[in-house]
Amino acid sequence: MRDIAVPVVVLVALAAAPWLGFGGSYETTLMARVMILGMAAVSLAFLVGGAGLVSLGHAAALGIGAYAVAILDAHGITDAARVLPAAIGAAAIFSLVTGAIAIRTSGVHFIMITLAFGQMAFFTASSLAAYGGDDGYTMYSRTELAGTRLLENRLAFHYICLAALALTWAVCAMLLASRFGRVLRAARENAQRVEAVGLAPYPFRLVGYTLAGAMGGLAGFLLANATEFVSPATLSWQRSGELLFMVILGGAGRLWGAILGALVFVLLETWLAQQMQHWKLVFGPLLVLSVIFLRGGLAGLVARRG
Amino acid sequence: MTTQLLLVQALNGLQLGILLFLVAAGLTLVFGVMDFINLAHGVQYMLGAYLGAALAAATGSFWLGLGLALPAALAAGLLLEVLVFRHLYARDHLAQVLATFGVILFLNEGVKVVFGAAPLQVAIPPLLEGGVEIMPGLQYPLYRVAVLGAGLATGGLLWWLVERTRIGMLVRAGATNAPMVSALGVDINRLFTLVFAFGAMLAGFAGVLAGPIFSVEPGMGDNVLILAFVVIVIGGIGSIRGAFIAALLVGLIDTLGKSVAPDLLRLVLDPSSARQAGAALASMLVYVAMAAILAFRPAGLFPVRAG
Amino acid sequence: MAEPLLRLDGLRKHFGRLAVTDGVTLDVLPGEIHAIIGPNGAGKTTLIHEITGIVAPDDGRIVFAGADITRLSLPARARAGLARSFQITSIVGGFSVLENVALAVQARSGSSFRFAFPAAREGALNAAAMEALDQVGLADRAALPAGTLSHGEKRALELAIALATRPRLLLLDEPLAGAGPQETDRLVALLTRLRAAYTILLVEHDMQAVFALADRISVLVYGRIIATGTVAAIRANAAVRAAYLGEDDT
Repeated sequence: MRDIAVPVVVLVALAAAPWLGFGGSYETTLMARVMILGMAAVSLAFLVGGAGLVSLGHAAALGIGAYAVAILDAHGITDAARVLPAAIGAAAIFSLVTGAIAIRTSGVHFIMITLAFGQMAFFTASSLAAYGGDDGYTMYSRTELAGTRLLENRLAFHYICLAALALTWAVCAMLLASRFGRVLRAARENAQRVEAVGLAPYPFRLVGYTLAGAMGGLAGFLLANATEFVSPATLSWQRSGELLFMVILGGAGRLWGAILGALVFVLLETWLAQQMQHWKLVFGPLLVLSVIFLRGGLAGLVARRG
Repeated sequence: MTTQLLLVQALNGLQLGILLFLVAAGLTLVFGVMDFINLAHGVQYMLGAYLGAALAAATGSFWLGLGLALPAALAAGLLLEVLVFRHLYARDHLAQVLATFGVILFLNEGVKVVFGAAPLQVAIPPLLEGGVEIMPGLQYPLYRVAVLGAGLATGGLLWWLVERTRIGMLVRAGATNAPMVSALGVDINRLFTLVFAFGAMLAGFAGVLAGPIFSVEPGMGDNVLILAFVVIVIGGIGSIRGAFIAALLVGLIDTLGKSVAPDLLRLVLDPSSARQAGAALASMLVYVAMAAILAFRPAGLFPVRAG
Repeated sequence: MAEPLLRLDGLRKHFGRLAVTDGVTLDVLPGEIHAIIGPNGAGKTTLIHEITGIVAPDDGRIVFAGADITRLSLPARARAGLARSFQITSIVGGFSVLENVALAVQARSGSSFRFAFPAAREGALNAAAMEALDQVGLADRAALPAGTLSHGEKRALELAIALATRPRLLLLDEPLAGAGPQETDRLVALLTRLRAAYTILLVEHDMQAVFALADRISVLVYGRIIATGTVAAIRANAAVRAAYLGEDDT
């Protein structure tokens, strides 16, 4: 029951926020960041908690989605009907190709290889001189939806992000409950058992990895539109580490934990950055402490209380 | 591209490979013996570079700086082991990744606070200034030759330690079967601490050597870390020999790729797109090579653990 | 003589210079319980791994139901109708007992690449899974997390999983290992019930159980089959007594 209740409460709170005094530019920007990173974190939680694939390169999917928007923008293509499929498709194809190799390995090899592929994407983005190189690329305009400038509207964009987050969560939950998800979950715990009943885990994992990449691409599409700017930092390995931290902070194994994790992460990061210039001096040790002491994450805390 | 330039680039590649090996050796030992994945190994390289730079500036001598930086890097490694890493050996890789990631955030920011965000320049020690003639009419910087020599000597020493000494035997045995070594009555925790501190010192040594070649700046360890990961994945996790060969391979591919790829592409593209595509291609080459090797040997070139 | 369901034909496997499987030829006939016994280090585990596809033999052929399966993977062999239990119990501890079996049912009925409908609500899967659980006497445990079962129950669950794949051959790798006397009795009774419906290749250390269950026995010593025959014939075989029973007179 809690698996439905907590995310619904969070989503309803985000839906109501603009009407409860959080409708200003600053607040909606912050919430958009929470929702978009939350989306990427949920898709990563699907991989980590569902399929047991600990990817340290998930920011690549996010960044490739964002870069697809920027590159098309540079060529004057801003119609969502073309930009959105391109963003999702590019991230999915990248995940399919790199996943085909990475999923042959397991455990710590998988972590390192996804990290390496993420860096490959990062350096490629850095070398794209036509799209800003290291400095990044500022977009001319946001993507147009059916010829309208709907995405420029602050409230509309807020609800589009919210809908996308709800959709991502619902799709991941649906996937995990399906036959497909059952195979993934079983293979996470005991791959040999899955093979012995006649199913090879590899294609299931690869499809799951690709789907998670596609959802990362969707988040990237929104991220580019939220900031109207992309840079290689979007797909840096630090971002991948942050996403993974959101998943674990929230509690791996629970999709809604990732939403909670993203919320706490972004708010904490923003608050700390307002308090001091060198906030990472506090943030880093907090991360270490939370890993050592907060096993099971925030979701674990909530679950133990209730 | 001339033969001379190619030779210089090959030497540069070997020298990057040597530095990578010094970093990767500690990483692969720590992983092999303790099954511990340490993302913070890269910042230990950075710490070595900063310690070397700061101590050289304070004492006025590169050599004194080097001599003091090594024990300091060792001490920093020990401190981190006691404060953080020790609590993570029994946890899964995911927890190790995240906690060591937190250490990276802290130390990258920490050096900014102490030394400022601007890169530090480290002067080449007077003894090693100038160049050597490696071919008629071709000078190569003496310092870089010295780095190559120092790296090879360290590699040899490491090989001797691991292959020929009692401690080395325990480390190798620990990499293959830690519970067994523990059951034989060896204090595995002390062995862990020792390997850890030694690895941190090697990374620090690489950092000090790199100081006069690359700029010393926050985050300089991150790229080295990831290349070192590529090295140990290619070489086979836990294998020193694999790390050595893979490090030279990665160093050569990276360096040669960056100078050759744009030239090769110029044969088919106009100069400006060749430069851009070449740069993109070159930065991908190392990873493409890794993917190709793993496609045929998922456990790397020299797998340590059977099965 | 009937066409064998499983035929091992001259299987060889070397680890270094050690011949672990040294020209094993063996037939399992439809409907029989065929036991493989042998002292420790005889190469039973490797042989099982070769039959199930975890280890590739260096030489020889494995023919199952008329088809050469020597090069097939473990999942492909399972789909062909070769179900196995593991020496060390292999279940999904985090799944419910029912879901463990439902996974096996879904593997043989329709595609598992279905993304939308919740698998737990597929009545057909659950019904077939309950049927298999009923066969092994675990129907009343269906809702429990599989990890909380007793050792003997986990053994029975593994059998139910194997049955749910509708196998043509059950390959049981030491199903009684680690079971207490009472659990052993229950499992032997269960296997006795199953013998009417299934062909079984049994690898087992418990000689009493083997002699009670098996139709035929093959004796594996140092990678070679030194004798195959009925229980009585094997008991009386001098070579077997010397090589095997002499060392281990349980």
